[in-house]
Amino acid sequence: MSANKIAPSSKHSSRPMTGAEIFVRSLIAEGVEVIFGYPGGAIIGVYDALVDLSDIKHVLVRHEQGATHAAEGYAKATGKPGVVLVTSGPGATNTVTGIADAYMDSIPIVVFTGQVPLKLIGNDAFQEADIVGITRPITKHSYLVRDVRELAKTIKEAFYIATTGRPGPVLVDLPKDVMAQKTVFDYPETVKLRSYNPVVEGHLKQIKKAAELINSAKRPLLYVGGGVIQSNASDELRSLAEKIHCPVTTTLHGLGSFPENNPLALGMLGMHGTWYSNMAVEYCDVLIAVGARFDDRVTGKVEAFAAEAKKIHIDIDPSAISKNVQVDVPIVGDVKTVLKSLIDLVDPLETSDWLKTIQQWKKEHPLRYATGDAIRAQYVIQKLGELTGGDAIVVTDVGQHQMWTAQFFNWTHPRSHITSGGLGTMGFSLPAAMGASFGRTDMPVISVCGDGGFQMNSQEMATIVEYKLPMKIFIINNGFLGMVRQWQELFWRRRYSHVEISGPDFVKLADAYGCPGYRVEHSSEVEDVIRKALAYKEGPVLVEFVVAREDNVYPMIPAGQTVKEMIDTPAPVDHPSNGVKEESIMVLAKG
Amino acid sequence: MAQVEHSSSGDGHAVVAEHVQRHTISLLVENKFGAFNRIAGLFAAKGYNIDSLSVGPTEEEDTSRMTIVTRGDDQVIEQIMKQLNKLIDTIKVVDLTFESFVERELVLIKVQSTPTSRPEIMQIAEIFRAKVVDISPKSLTLEATGGQQKVDAIIKMLKPFGLKEIARTGRVALKREFQGEV
Repeated sequence: MSANKIAPSSKHSSRPMTGAEIFVRSLIAEGVEVIFGYPGGAIIGVYDALVDLSDIKHVLVRHEQGATHAAEGYAKATGKPGVVLVTSGPGATNTVTGIADAYMDSIPIVVFTGQVPLKLIGNDAFQEADIVGITRPITKHSYLVRDVRELAKTIKEAFYIATTGRPGPVLVDLPKDVMAQKTVFDYPETVKLRSYNPVVEGHLKQIKKAAELINSAKRPLLYVGGGVIQSNASDELRSLAEKIHCPVTTTLHGLGSFPENNPLALGMLGMHGTWYSNMAVEYCDVLIAVGARFDDRVTGKVEAFAAEAKKIHIDIDPSAISKNVQVDVPIVGDVKTVLKSLIDLVDPLETSDWLKTIQQWKKEHPLRYATGDAIRAQYVIQKLGELTGGDAIVVTDVGQHQMWTAQFFNWTHPRSHITSGGLGTMGFSLPAAMGASFGRTDMPVISVCGDGGFQMNSQEMATIVEYKLPMKIFIINNGFLGMVRQWQELFWRRRYSHVEISGPDFVKLADAYGCPGYRVEHSSEVEDVIRKALAYKEGPVLVEFVVAREDNVYPMIPAGQTVKEMIDTPAPVDHPSNGVKEESIMVLAKG
Repeated sequence: MAQVEHSSSGDGHAVVAEHVQRHTISLLVENKFGAFNRIAGLFAAKGYNIDSLSVGPTEEEDTSRMTIVTRGDDQVIEQIMKQLNKLIDTIKVVDLTFESFVERELVLIKVQSTPTSRPEIMQIAEIFRAKVVDISPKSLTLEATGGQQKVDAIIKMLKPFGLKEIARTGRVALKREFQGEV
């Protein structure tokens, strides 16, 4: 540690210092605890400054895509912004997928990229890429710092923009020569941007209109999304739902915002939502959308989505309102703030007939699957939910296992479910779970991936082992790109085109990285291995579940269709392709 | 959808197709690196139409005014306004379409001319209050200013002589303060 180290709390210094040092001190002033990064030529000066100022933990990932996903996982698990530091050119372009993912899912991350010196920009210099240009459509905002005197102010703005309003990724491009220039350090206390002032308070007139509509409802339904979690509004949501006796259905990102053991909970809605959620959408008379964006995986055919219902939409992003679906009462504002005002204005509603109808749907069309000796992914997830009691952070990848996890875990806490929803990025889970592990030590962090997605970012195993993160890595291995296979089976006459995928021996791979690994092939062993994995706290543990090869996710509303076309879980049949005889029907009882 | 009438001349308006209407949007943006690119990129990425776009500094050195003429039905225009507002560098967005506003465009027209046709061209120029800004044995370059219809009209009148080149600025617009003819 260097002798001239200044107290990290200091936000000002009259001693001229390099841009690199200002950068590190700014992050300290911003309260950053961990950076996910990878050094290189253009960013080498900044990395040099990290040597003397070691208050911030720097995690050396094994690929820059891993860094952005780790920052996302950290941000989703903690509510604090994730920070990425990479070099120019390929270092920067490798962050693109993660940035796009964060943009789609409104995750606050700040990505710092090295850049070639100002005078070389545009010259096709070594490791030059116009990363500001490349990422313009997938960032909330971006900066190219052209003068060291702008640096501290720019960093302050970047964090402010990333974390306020509808959160999102901000990119700051740092030319090498600018970071070597010197100036005094003066970290601004506040940010003032005349062109950016997110609305927090909802318009009272609109809130009153919404209350009137709710008070007239016979069959209300709360449709809630990730905005409830972003705004830490779970308590307010619960108070509202319980006051007006209103059932609650959540989007993929809303899972955990409302406890699924509450009788009013309907679980997830949409393409692979529960039968009863989608039926409730179809038959409700007032739909209260909270921090959700009427995504096509939720609505199916937009014109038929809750066609009979009057709609209220609460969202912090004005552009999310009336984008896909025209609503009757839009309210722009922070979800928590708006819900607080709304609760006082609504009357307790008489909804017992409506709730009885829903209860009947629940009884007739529960989430279910058939199980035998061959392991069903649904069973693994259901057991994981039971054995953790819901006290876990589960980070999924993309595909069948993602939907099964959403359906069968039984979510009870906000920020316990992390996934790539909007962009649907395979390879997300492992690095995102790693990021979550750096932010949260109070609960076990479990990465649930398919065998395809795991192989997309498996290089981060090295990072995970290096830091001895007590992560559980569950690979649901069916030897297929299962969701694409399911679509080919159902909609492409079962003509399988390049969906069979092989992999390494995952247990040996884990061993090679220095991580204990287990392979489970029979249903009877599942519970025991999950217990063992949960009990292991010394570092990561990998479990490969070899599951039934050709299983499908149900219910399913085919893309662009309506509740009328919803396919429920078929009656169990012998599945010769799996070589197993089905034995029993497992039912997930929710609420 | 009804056509919106404007009392003053030079205020461009046309119904392009049913429900799709032409809108003139005035934007005040931070005069910062990449701000223009972000706005142009937004139109490209979302598939919005641009009929014309002009940009220049304003009375304040750190802001630029952009005038964008675009088309769309009500829902598309609502999204365009919201998306423009969402950009961090955007200070103010106004849809001038339903207000009284002045709209002007400048055009430079290089038209073929011979000693015989020259007087007729100059006569047309005079009718449109256009100026001759360049002359050569085989051509005349005229400068005309006006609303879209006037600019279209002078181009149409000069076409039979043979148009060599045309440069149009795109429309600029400001809201009227005085409600009526000036």
